[in-house]
Amino acid sequence: MTTHDCFQRNAQSVASHRCEVAEHRWVNTRYKYLRLAAKADLAGSTRPGQFYQLKCPGSDELQPFLLRPMSVYGVGPEAGTVEFLYNVTGIGTRALAALEAGGHMDIVGPLGNIFGFDPAFGHVMVVARGVGLATMAPLVRQAAAAGVKITAVMSARAPQDLMQAEFLRGTEAEVHCVYDSDGSSSVEAVDALLRRLLDEGRPDALYTCGSHRILMLLQRLLADYPQVRGEVAMEQRMACGMGVCLSCVRLFDREGDKQFLRVCREGPVFPIREVVGEVEFG
Amino acid sequence: MADLSVKVGELGLRNPVMPASGCFAIEYGEALDFNRLGALVIKSVSPQCRAGNPTPRVTEAHSGMLNSIGIPSKGLDYYRREVLPPYTRYDTPVVVSISADTVDEFAQAVAEMSLPEVAVIEANISCPNLEADGMAFAMTPETTYQVVSAIRRRTRHPFWAKLTPNASHIAAVAKAAEEAGADALVMGNTVLGMAIDVRTRKPKLGNVMGGLSGPAIKPIALRMVHQCYRSVRIPIVGCGGIASAEDAIEFMLAGASAVQVGTASFLDPGAMQKIIDGLERYCVEMGVANLRDLTGQVKLDRQLSDRWLRFAQQSG
Repeated sequence: MTTHDCFQRNAQSVASHRCEVAEHRWVNTRYKYLRLAAKADLAGSTRPGQFYQLKCPGSDELQPFLLRPMSVYGVGPEAGTVEFLYNVTGIGTRALAALEAGGHMDIVGPLGNIFGFDPAFGHVMVVARGVGLATMAPLVRQAAAAGVKITAVMSARAPQDLMQAEFLRGTEAEVHCVYDSDGSSSVEAVDALLRRLLDEGRPDALYTCGSHRILMLLQRLLADYPQVRGEVAMEQRMACGMGVCLSCVRLFDREGDKQFLRVCREGPVFPIREVVGEVEFG
Repeated sequence: MADLSVKVGELGLRNPVMPASGCFAIEYGEALDFNRLGALVIKSVSPQCRAGNPTPRVTEAHSGMLNSIGIPSKGLDYYRREVLPPYTRYDTPVVVSISADTVDEFAQAVAEMSLPEVAVIEANISCPNLEADGMAFAMTPETTYQVVSAIRRRTRHPFWAKLTPNASHIAAVAKAAEEAGADALVMGNTVLGMAIDVRTRKPKLGNVMGGLSGPAIKPIALRMVHQCYRSVRIPIVGCGGIASAEDAIEFMLAGASAVQVGTASFLDPGAMQKIIDGLERYCVEMGVANLRDLTGQVKLDRQLSDRWLRFAQQSG
């Protein structure tokens, strides 16, 4: 990172990397795990919170044109290894799901900013739902490596959708699971749970990804905990992924100054308190 | 080593490859060496401050994408102070693209931006003209002539008129721009389009309609470059769906002196450099000493139709 850059530089260099598919498998009925091998040192240049744009290979039925932004689920141990965990849902991810081990695909990155993490933290809390756990998995690993205590609140439709092992990947954490199926993921129940955990655990920072409802809940809740840093990794429809096309803007409140920021460049990680979320556009 | 240098009017470029306005920003410094591009074309600025269009601002189509960004702008002062300076630090000509709502506003904005550090002004006359019900200036020869001549009266800077493929009689529009004093034409811009989500029944763009770009529009843009080439003597910068060196060569053969690359950069931020490298390989492979000699060199057989008619008379 150099000081004469007149823009927010998120990576030393960004390029389209040709990768080989090293492993590609279902982890449950909706999610797939993808491990790619590149020639470049992506493990060394990619940091927690960043994403890549994937060129999902087209087929007769599915022809995605734009690249698909996808959070990095993990990197290493080999220099060229980068992992993704994704929900098979639209044209791009369905096309991607058909890719077989041994095949090739191009990815562009690393892109976006990173989670604000201080190794001097004593305790961090993560609140994850759905694909958000893939985004925060590298942060959990980073916190564990720094010897920071981790409390994880995981929300899912039902126990079979939780992916707790995929999230923690062997990391030790205090885990609280809530489900739609038994009502424990309701706003009231999660609010009470989080207040108790914040009061008892006094974490330095709280991170979330994967649910707009949880984000809004955390924003209300953090008003009562001004000492806790709060960050969210956000999504938006994007084209270039580098801050060029201005497609992926969202509104944020930076100390009273409301401004459109690019999810791909100023984000995807933003302070929870700055999100202006009263109106949800596509 | 082939000579890739070209000229657009008086302006010499080290190679014909430059970004299309709207598809380039300083952040591409992470992926490209700006000192190796033909020119740097900055995103359009408008004198009026604009927030831009509602999201979603982009959606994909077959072999292309639709966008309705809405040219967000913080005005000319901010642009001159904050946006322009970093682009002028390279050894590459800077092209400032301007968009405005009325003829007077356009001419005034071009005059203000005719700065020594700016090599060329690109007047994006494909944008809506508020004095003509929002129809783009470049939709008709008359409004094209009005706005281009007004701009010409206010600047001595080289300026290019960026035309729209939505115009029906492009040769007449091109001629009007030339007669009104444009130094070159940029042909063209996005093609107006629309997409609907059949499950939600909502338009896929917040702005309902938007501009189609990418390989889907390349044949349209190529045809229009050729029509312009037959209609005017000023140089033409080709733009529309260019994604490879072969595409760039095709545009030059059709009559372009240089080319702009837009959507292809969104799929690979290094696309422009790969196109430049590909041009070098093409020249070596095809024995082309000077790339600029290819402009307009499509081989047309002007007697073909007559010969065909005589030939076809043999049939029953």
